[in-house]
Amino acid sequence: MKLKFTRRNFVISTAKVMAIGLLAPTGALAVTKLAFAEDSSQQNPILKQWAGKEWNFVVDTAKCIGCASCVKACKKENSIPLDKEVYRTWVERYLVYTNDEVRIDSPRGGLEFQQEVAKPEKQFFVPKLCNQCQLAPCIQVCPVGATYRTGDGVVLVDRKRCIGCGYCIQACPYSARFLHPILKVADKCTWCYHRISKGMLPACVQVCPTGARKFGNMKDPASEIVALKKKSRIRILKPDMGTEPKVFYIDLDEVVK
Amino acid sequence: MSGYVFPNEIEVHWRLLIVLYPYITGLVAGAFILSSLYHVFGRSEFKPLARFSLLTALAFLFCAPLPLLFHLGQPLRALNIMITPHLTSAMAGFGFIYSFYLILCLLETWFLFREDIVKFAASSKGFVKLFYTILTLGAKDISPEALHKDHKIVTVLATIGIPAACFLHGYVGFIFGSIKANAWWSTPLMPIIFLWSATVSGVALLIVLYRAVTWIRRQKIELPCFMSLNFYLWIFLIIATILELLEVLHMGYEGKEEWPMIRGLLTNHISLSYLVIQMGFGVLLPLILLPIGRSKRLSVEVKQTLTTLSGALVLMGVLAMRFNVVIGGQLISKSMTGYTAYDWTLFSNEGIIPVMILLLLPLPVLAVIVRVLPPWYGELKGPKEIVPNIGATGD
Repeated sequence: MKLKFTRRNFVISTAKVMAIGLLAPTGALAVTKLAFAEDSSQQNPILKQWAGKEWNFVVDTAKCIGCASCVKACKKENSIPLDKEVYRTWVERYLVYTNDEVRIDSPRGGLEFQQEVAKPEKQFFVPKLCNQCQLAPCIQVCPVGATYRTGDGVVLVDRKRCIGCGYCIQACPYSARFLHPILKVADKCTWCYHRISKGMLPACVQVCPTGARKFGNMKDPASEIVALKKKSRIRILKPDMGTEPKVFYIDLDEVVK
Repeated sequence: MSGYVFPNEIEVHWRLLIVLYPYITGLVAGAFILSSLYHVFGRSEFKPLARFSLLTALAFLFCAPLPLLFHLGQPLRALNIMITPHLTSAMAGFGFIYSFYLILCLLETWFLFREDIVKFAASSKGFVKLFYTILTLGAKDISPEALHKDHKIVTVLATIGIPAACFLHGYVGFIFGSIKANAWWSTPLMPIIFLWSATVSGVALLIVLYRAVTWIRRQKIELPCFMSLNFYLWIFLIIATILELLEVLHMGYEGKEEWPMIRGLLTNHISLSYLVIQMGFGVLLPLILLPIGRSKRLSVEVKQTLTTLSGALVLMGVLAMRFNVVIGGQLISKSMTGYTAYDWTLFSNEGIIPVMILLLLPLPVLAVIVRVLPPWYGELKGPKEIVPNIGATGD
């Protein structure tokens, strides 16, 4: 039978091609999804790794002495150039004077604090890092899905997928993100995911001499941070942004943004 | 730098290339809307520019993705936003919206120029003939019925093009307006403000280009067309300015937590580019000069000069507006306690010189397109040795 080129035939064959074109990938996706669902946490190594874990971070601001060992340790551990103005974690100093004047600084992320001449009424340090938000704006805005949240509650960047557009840097209300000066992809604190996956502590927690930084698993009843969160008065940063941060601050002053 | 800024904010991340991106797409949207005023709304006074403004939109559209591409940390992965788009991201739509619009513009151009292309192919020789023959895509029927069909298709495409142009540029506004972390960007008015300033910049561009092109070709400007451009620019400028002022007024009147920082930004940190260049030279002066330029008492020469001058001022003002949004928004530290500083560079990859080159790149592109497809109605001049009867088209 010879097919005549009529409008009717054209519409029918176009519809056929489109249907196949749509069904084939959708079907493939469905099959993959099914296979993934069957492969429950018992078999899948990644799901197994995540099972029973929900990482949280607690900062006790009253204990921080501003030594910035954490800043240095972080840069070394994660190969972030020491001489560049990019920080996965930093320490802020707050000097509150009697006349309601607040002076804040964090010279080179806290590595180069200078003695202040005028004595403030109160003075304290606040370490900052990525809040690993439950509702992270950086994940929402990434145009290629290079940034994602792991099952155990850490926001990561896939360096092989990131196109370096910087939209996530704009979207983060905490300015926790930066463009890696050498790799030219978005970068930020991962709570040292490579360490915590092996049962170690993040580098900054490890080196903190006063125990101002606490890290642990909320699903482990014996974890120190479960008890800390229960008994302390805690605050999160910028709650109005609706990002549900997972870094909790003990004794956080109202002036801290 | 003043006050406290977060250590990661010392360097401004989105720089001059990202200022160019909304500027160029805005010019595209504006030029397209102007061409649609003739093709869809039948504003016949714009006939001399109807085809030229479409080609202008096309030339700028070709160049629109370049600033984005050069800005990326990983330019080789640029196409990933279309291959693996993350659908909750406003930016993921760029590739699709841009491609849709490019296809639309190319189609409209082809249908609009098809008769000319066929005639060029028939009357030329050698390589030129081959080139135009390929451009016909085999459709060589220029009977009155076929041309009537072309005309209908152009009208449909131009009609689709208006919401598409609005979407293309409103969407650029959404990219900024949806960032809740940035106090100066985060407003639902942003897409509408971007859209109207785009229309304004497109009309202003056509005013300046029309004047320049008639000067180069030693032709006379068609005054009714030019005065209509003047009038539309004035109206669009009023609308755009009201919206921009409304945004600031609203923020100031509500006086929320972030207002002192925004006030400080506008009156201190970008006061030159905001108060003087954008609002003074880019809005106030043209708002006064444009009606004067329409006055019946003035000579034609003065009218044209005032209108052209206003167009150039508006173009500069809109560029300043893009700067004030893109860079200005990033100067406010998210700590809400200080401002970072923008360090101007000349030659680095987002320096003034490469950015100027990218900004002017659409003009040579336009020159080439105009050479291939002369858009002037009612003239018998085409490329060398070709004398097709273009005068019969489009009437």
